[in-house]
Amino acid sequence: MADSKPTVKNLPIAGIIFTPGSAKEYNTGSFRSQKPILEAKLCTKCGMCWVYCPDGAVFVNSEGMYEVDLKYCKGCGICVEECARKAIKMVDEEEM
Amino acid sequence: MKLGKRISIECSHAASLAVKLANVDVVAAYPITPQTHIIERLAEYVANGELDAEYVNVESEHSALSACIGASAVGARVYTSTAGQGLALMHEMLFIASGNRLPIVMGVANRSLSPNLNIWGDQSDMMASRDCGWIQIYAENAQEIFDHTLQAFKIAEDERVLLPVAVCFDGFHVTHVIEPLITLDQEEVDRFLPKHRRAIYRLTPDQPSTWGPVASPDVQTELKVQNEWALNSSKDVILEVWREFSDLFDRRYTPLEVYRVEDADAAILILGGFAGTARIAVDKMREEGKKIGLIKLRLYRPFPMQEAKDVLSKVKAVAVVDRAISAGGLGGPVYGDVRNVLYDVERRPAVLSFIAGLGGRDITVKDFMKIGERALEAADKGRSGPVVNFIQVRM
Amino acid sequence: MASQTFRSIKEVPLEEYFTPGHRACQGCAEAIAVRHVLKAAGRDVIVVNATGCLEVVSTPYPYTAWAVPWYHVAFENTAAVASGIESALKVLRRKRLVADKKIHVVCFAGDGGTADIGFQALSGALERGHDFLYVCLDNEAYMNTGIQRSSSTPYGAWTTTSPPGKVKPAGQMTYKKDLPSIFAAHGIPYVATATVSYPLDLINKAKKGLDVEGPAYLHIYTPCPPGWRIPSEKVIQVSRLGVQTGMFLIYEAEKGHLRLTVKPSRRKPVAEYLKMQGRFRHLSDEDVEKIQRFVDERCAKFGLPPLEAST
Ligand SMILES: Cc1ncc(C[n+]2csc(CCOP(=O)(O)OP(=O)(O)O)c2C)c(N)n1
Ligand code: SF4
Ligand code: SF4
Ligand code: SF4
Ligand SMILES: [Mg+2]
Repeated sequence: MADSKPTVKNLPIAGIIFTPGSAKEYNTGSFRSQKPILEAKLCTKCGMCWVYCPDGAVFVNSEGMYEVDLKYCKGCGICVEECARKAIKMVDEEEM
Repeated sequence: MKLGKRISIECSHAASLAVKLANVDVVAAYPITPQTHIIERLAEYVANGELDAEYVNVESEHSALSACIGASAVGARVYTSTAGQGLALMHEMLFIASGNRLPIVMGVANRSLSPNLNIWGDQSDMMASRDCGWIQIYAENAQEIFDHTLQAFKIAEDERVLLPVAVCFDGFHVTHVIEPLITLDQEEVDRFLPKHRRAIYRLTPDQPSTWGPVASPDVQTELKVQNEWALNSSKDVILEVWREFSDLFDRRYTPLEVYRVEDADAAILILGGFAGTARIAVDKMREEGKKIGLIKLRLYRPFPMQEAKDVLSKVKAVAVVDRAISAGGLGGPVYGDVRNVLYDVERRPAVLSFIAGLGGRDITVKDFMKIGERALEAADKGRSGPVVNFIQVRM
Repeated sequence: MASQTFRSIKEVPLEEYFTPGHRACQGCAEAIAVRHVLKAAGRDVIVVNATGCLEVVSTPYPYTAWAVPWYHVAFENTAAVASGIESALKVLRRKRLVADKKIHVVCFAGDGGTADIGFQALSGALERGHDFLYVCLDNEAYMNTGIQRSSSTPYGAWTTTSPPGKVKPAGQMTYKKDLPSIFAAHGIPYVATATVSYPLDLINKAKKGLDVEGPAYLHIYTPCPPGWRIPSEKVIQVSRLGVQTGMFLIYEAEKGHLRLTVKPSRRKPVAEYLKMQGRFRHLSDEDVEKIQRFVDERCAKFGLPPLEAST
C-alpha cells in the first residue's frame, strides 16, 4: 500500500479500490493473545478447522497438511473447540 | 447541417422522446405528479419494443435512484425522473450517485415540498438538494428539455466528467404544456451521442474492484475535494458539448441567457419556465422606455461564476426571483448564490431577493413588472432594500 | 434443478474470495458465512453489501477483503441496487455489450438491513422477480452501531436499546420477526435458512439459491461473540445448539415446498442455548418457560418432534 498519504490527485476516482483482496497485506495476527498449535500427527485432515475459521487463516500447505497462518489468525479458538481429534491446542503467545 | 422536423408535443414527452433517442439501457422510476407523464411514455416505448431497455418498476424513489446507481455502476446508460417528495426521498442517494461518479441522467419536474401536500410547481425540491454534487441544468420549454436531456448523457458520460446530471423544469407550468419541438431523428442523434455508453470504470468480474469502501478522516477530505474539482471542471465539457450541439443542430446554449441587458440599468434574474413571462414583462417595460433586462440562469451547478460576474457588473441592480425559500431569513437560495458571487466584484450591483411562484402560484407579467420597477428603483438609489420580498403574500 | 451439490467438505473450493486480513472480531460468524457463500458463487459474481459490520470490517480504505467485485451503497437499499445491477447485466448482455455469461448478483445485509430499514426495498425486488441471491446475516441486533435491538432480536435478549429494567424485565419484549416466512410468502422460487455450524448445508443452499432462476432468499443465523456475550470459541457450539433446541429452524422452501434439511432427532431444552449467552443472563425461569413454549409451538408447525418425545 502507498506509504505516503493520498492526495486529491493520486486517490483513485471515488476511492475505488482496484486491488482485489488487498486486505491480505494487513496483519490481523496482532488481535491475538493466544495462538493455536496444530499437532500434525493427531490430525486426520478432516478440514473442519479450515471450514470454521472466520479468518481463512487455516490453509493446506505444500505437503497437503493443514496449517495455521499466524499472520492472520486472531486466536478466536474455534478451531481448537471444533477439532474432533483435539489436534489443536491454544498456547500463550510467548510459549511454544 | 440538417434540421429535424417540427412537431408539437407535451413537454413531459419531450423528455421521454430524448431518453428514447439516447437509447438508454435501464429506466428505474416511480410515479409522482407532475413527473408521471415522462415515465408513462417511457414504459410505453419499452412495452412496444421502441426502446430496448429494462424498465424497473421500483417501489419508491429511493429505490429508483438506488437501482440507477447499481445499473450505472455496471456500465449501463440509465435514466430516472422525479419531483418534489420523490426527490426528497432520494436525498441520501443523490450524494452517492455523484460521489461514486455515476453518469446518471434525471429529469426533475420541479414541485413544491410538503407540507402541505401540493402537487404544483416551485423549485424548493431541487434547491433543498442543490449541494448534492450533481450538474444541474434548468430548462424553460419543450425544446430545451429535449436538447438538454440529450446533451446530459453526453456530458455525464464524458471521461473528464463522470457525474450525474439533473435536467430541471417547472412542474405543470412547463411539464403539462403542449409546445412546438424541433425533434431529431435517430441518425442525427447518433451523430451527436455515441449509441452506447463506454464505461471505463465499472463493476465486473473480469477486473474485480471494491466500490464504496470505508473512508477514514485521513482520506474523506481528499475524496470530497476530488468530487468538487470534478464538478467545477465539468463546465468546460458542458460548454464543449453545447458548442458541438450547436454546430450540428444550430441551437446555441450558454450558462446564462441574457435578454436586453446590454444597455439595461437593472435586470431580473430567474431560472426555469417563468423566464418566458419575464421576457414579456421586460418588453412591456422597454416599450415604456424603462431600461430593464432579463438574465436566465441555465447552468445552476457548477455555478457559472465568471459569466455571472461579467453580466451582472454591467447593471446597477439585479432582482433575483426565487421559487423557493432559503429558510432562516436569508432570502431565496439563488439570491444567496448571486450575492456570494458578486461580493468581490468592484462594480457590483444592488441585489434584491424576490420570492414568488410557490406551490404553483402563477407569476404574472404584472408581478414581473413590479419586480422590474423595484429593481430600477434600487438601481437609481444604489441600495438593495430589505433582504427578502414576498411579493405575492397576503399578510 | 441442475445445481451440483457439494457432497463433502473436501469438495468445497479452497479458493478464498473473502480474504484473510479483514477486521471482524475474533470468532465472527458473519465472516464464516460469507466465506462459504462466496465459495458457492465462484468468480463470476457481483456483491452488493449493506452498511453494517461486514461492510465496515472488510473495506477500510485502501484495504479490501473482497476478491470479487463489490459495491456498498447504503444501509437500506441493497436489494434495490441489486435490482439495477441485475437489470443492467441483462440488457447489456442482450445488446452484447458485456460478455455472454451468467454473472451472479449476491446481496449481503444484516438483520437490521433486512428486517427493518431494508425491508421495503427487498420486498419490492423479490416481487419484481430479479434474478439474485439475497443473504441476510442474522446476528439478531444492530452490531455495527454497538448492539441495538432490531425486529429480528429474539424475545428476552439484552441489547443496549432493549435493556432489562424494572418495567421491562425481559429486555427485548417482542418476538423475532419471521423473515423467511414473510419472504416465502412473496412466492419466490427459493427460500432457505442456514447457520454456520452446518457448513455443507449452508454452501449447498447458497448454490441452489444462485442457480435458481429468479430471486432467492437465504437467511443465515450468525452468532456474534460481543453482541451475544459469548466467548469467541463457542460460536459454532452456540450455532449448533440453536438448531438442536429448535431456536433456529433449518429448512428450505423450493417453489413453496418446505423441507427441514437439518432435523435434530432429539430436541434439547432452550435453556441450554440461553444459558450459554450473557445476553439472556437476566431472564427469570418464567421467561425461559415462555420462550420454550414459543419454540415448541413453532417447532410443531414445522414438524419437529415435541420436546418430551425427544428427551
Ligand atoms: C440510513 C442509515 N441509518 C442508520 C445507519 C447507522 N447504521 C449503520 S450499520 C447499522 C446497524 C447494522 O445492523 P445490521 O443490519 O443488523 O448489521 P450488523 O452490523 O449487525 O451485521 C446502523 C444502525 C446508517 N448507516 N444509515
Ligand atoms: S479439525 Fe483437527 S483433525 Fe480436522 S483438519 Fe483440523 S486439525 Fe486436522
Ligand atoms: S484460532 Fe480462530 S482465527 Fe486462529 S486459526 Fe483457529 S479458527 Fe482461525
Ligand atoms: S460485532 Fe459481531 S458481527 Fe460484528 S464483526 Fe464483531 S463478531 Fe462480527
Ligand atoms: Mg445485525
